[in-house]
Amino acid sequence: MLFWQTLYQLRLFSRRPAALFFVIIMPLIMFVVFTVLFGNELIPGTEVTTAQFYAPALAVFGAVQACYTYLAVSTATARDQGVLKRIRGTPLAPITYILARILAVTAIAIAAVLVVMVVGILFFGVAVFPEKLPMAAISLFTGCFSFAALGMLVCALSRSSETTQAVVSATLLPLAFISDVFIRPFREIPQWVTTLSDIFPLKHFSTSFSHAFRADKAGSGFNWIIGDEIYAALPNLAVMAAWGIAAAAIAAYTFKWDPKGEI
Amino acid sequence: MHPITVDNLSKSYGGQMAVNAVSLSVDAGETFALLGPNGAGKTTIIEILEGYRKRDSGTVSILGFDPQTAERAFRERIGIVLQSTALEPDLTVRETIDVYARFYPRPLARDDLLSLVGLADNAQKRVSALSGGQQRRLEIALGLVGDPDLIFLDEPTTGLDPDARRNIWNLILELNQFGKTILLSSHYMDEVEALAHRIAVLVDGQIVAEGTSHSLREIHGGYTEIRFHVGNDDLPGSFPAPLRQITFIERGWAVLEARNPTPVLADLTKWAFSQQFDLAHLSVTQPSLEEIYLTLTRGRRSERDGRGAK
Ligand SMILES: Nc1ncnc2c1ncn2[C@@H]1O[C@H](COP(=O)(O)OP(=O)(O)OP(=O)(O)O)[C@@H](O)[C@H]1O
Ligand SMILES: [Mg+2]
Repeated sequence: MLFWQTLYQLRLFSRRPAALFFVIIMPLIMFVVFTVLFGNELIPGTEVTTAQFYAPALAVFGAVQACYTYLAVSTATARDQGVLKRIRGTPLAPITYILARILAVTAIAIAAVLVVMVVGILFFGVAVFPEKLPMAAISLFTGCFSFAALGMLVCALSRSSETTQAVVSATLLPLAFISDVFIRPFREIPQWVTTLSDIFPLKHFSTSFSHAFRADKAGSGFNWIIGDEIYAALPNLAVMAAWGIAAAAIAAYTFKWDPKGEI
Repeated sequence: MHPITVDNLSKSYGGQMAVNAVSLSVDAGETFALLGPNGAGKTTIIEILEGYRKRDSGTVSILGFDPQTAERAFRERIGIVLQSTALEPDLTVRETIDVYARFYPRPLARDDLLSLVGLADNAQKRVSALSGGQQRRLEIALGLVGDPDLIFLDEPTTGLDPDARRNIWNLILELNQFGKTILLSSHYMDEVEALAHRIAVLVDGQIVAEGTSHSLREIHGGYTEIRFHVGNDDLPGSFPAPLRQITFIERGWAVLEARNPTPVLADLTKWAFSQQFDLAHLSVTQPSLEEIYLTLTRGRRSERDGRGAK
């Protein structure tokens, strides 16, 4: 049942050109444009090329577009249309329906990540390190879980799809600018900005995933101690997981299936 | 055991009673209709019975389940058609049916279902391309797909043209012949008279009359109306006084109301015959259910409004 529901959600996604564009195509376009615009050379003061920075960063952005933006908005739209209420009136277990939605957006996220990374690897010289790939995958799944939970939380706390859309954009876009997603490092960033971005999960997602594609970060990532030359993703995973669990708990408690909030 | 038993059900929203001490029971295989104006509480009652809303008080038993706590086993046996349409516009008709069919242990075959609701020719169409009536029929198909014992239809024909309404009426009659128990709501007297074995008239959350269409006529409209055309003329002075007491003039018609029309008719025709008076367009009718319904709902409302004004 979970399998069929997941397929059904994927089919719905495939019928929505706008969603396909914002989740899969837009991160790819941004990646190519940024890399061409800035020139694919070493970023001054670092040992990474523009493509090496932007490919994983925008792959993460695509994953978040799927798990956070698309999940929240499509669920809220289905609620507005009364589809969620109808589903709730059938024998389908509510948890199966929600899990299927989350599995579907995770699959979409993987596709978005693959598209950007494969183009980066094939055409822009992005390096792959086999020993770091397991952690890259774990980071991706943790990030997807965390943002899917946050997406469900936004949907649960807003009454309409318009509100959901507004809240999602207002939270994601500013955060993306300070979380090493849209802007490559170019000078010292003020301390308070760093502190702020450290609180939210997006930077932890981009860092833990990006560092898997960096030659100057040693190790497989299974490491708690953060250092300039070490790939240590476990602290990032912990922050993402904490956000995800908290968001999932509140969302499960407050989620409503019908627009009037009766059930 | 009755598929639906409701006893003393009440529900209020912010101090306003939406459902006020409603009791009803529906027999197996019966079509039962809730008839009432906007805001009467039809949807509130139906959605409490479907398990969508919580009641404030009273008891409800649906197929032996309490809908407030029942889950899967209960939902496998009921079919729901909500008042407002709720379909994914991007799917085709066939895909929509298939998705919902998977939820049930013994779903109806898709093609049988599509021809039952008259959508066989539209199976490949996107839901967004269907007309309002076709969408409504698809929704009914989704309510039937699990082959339920009990079907809830909240205003199945509102907003449809007369032809589409008839189609849905025939479908509902057919379902009843399959032995399904049906609870439906409607604004239309002709609809419930055509479809329902029993009718409950609901006003302001209360049942003001209940019974078969025949018994509603008997109890609430037990008078007969005799009318004839008088045009601009007054009734002649020779018109018998006892008849005059029960006669009023309405837009050129003389109207007589009587519980027992036989002696009245006898007196009237005897007088007209002896006076050579022409009883133009003479007719003897029972009030229509529509009129009874309007009297019931209006009477109730003005009573309430009168009280409120004091
Ligand atoms: N979620 C709600 N919150 C507040 N009041 C409500 C809610 N749902 C219904 N009501 C009120 O309860 C009363 C009954 O509403 P209900 O929808 O049950 O009527 P109805 O008979 O189905 O009307 P209609 O024919 O318009 O569908 C109305 O006064 C309505 O305003
Ligand atoms: Mg209603």
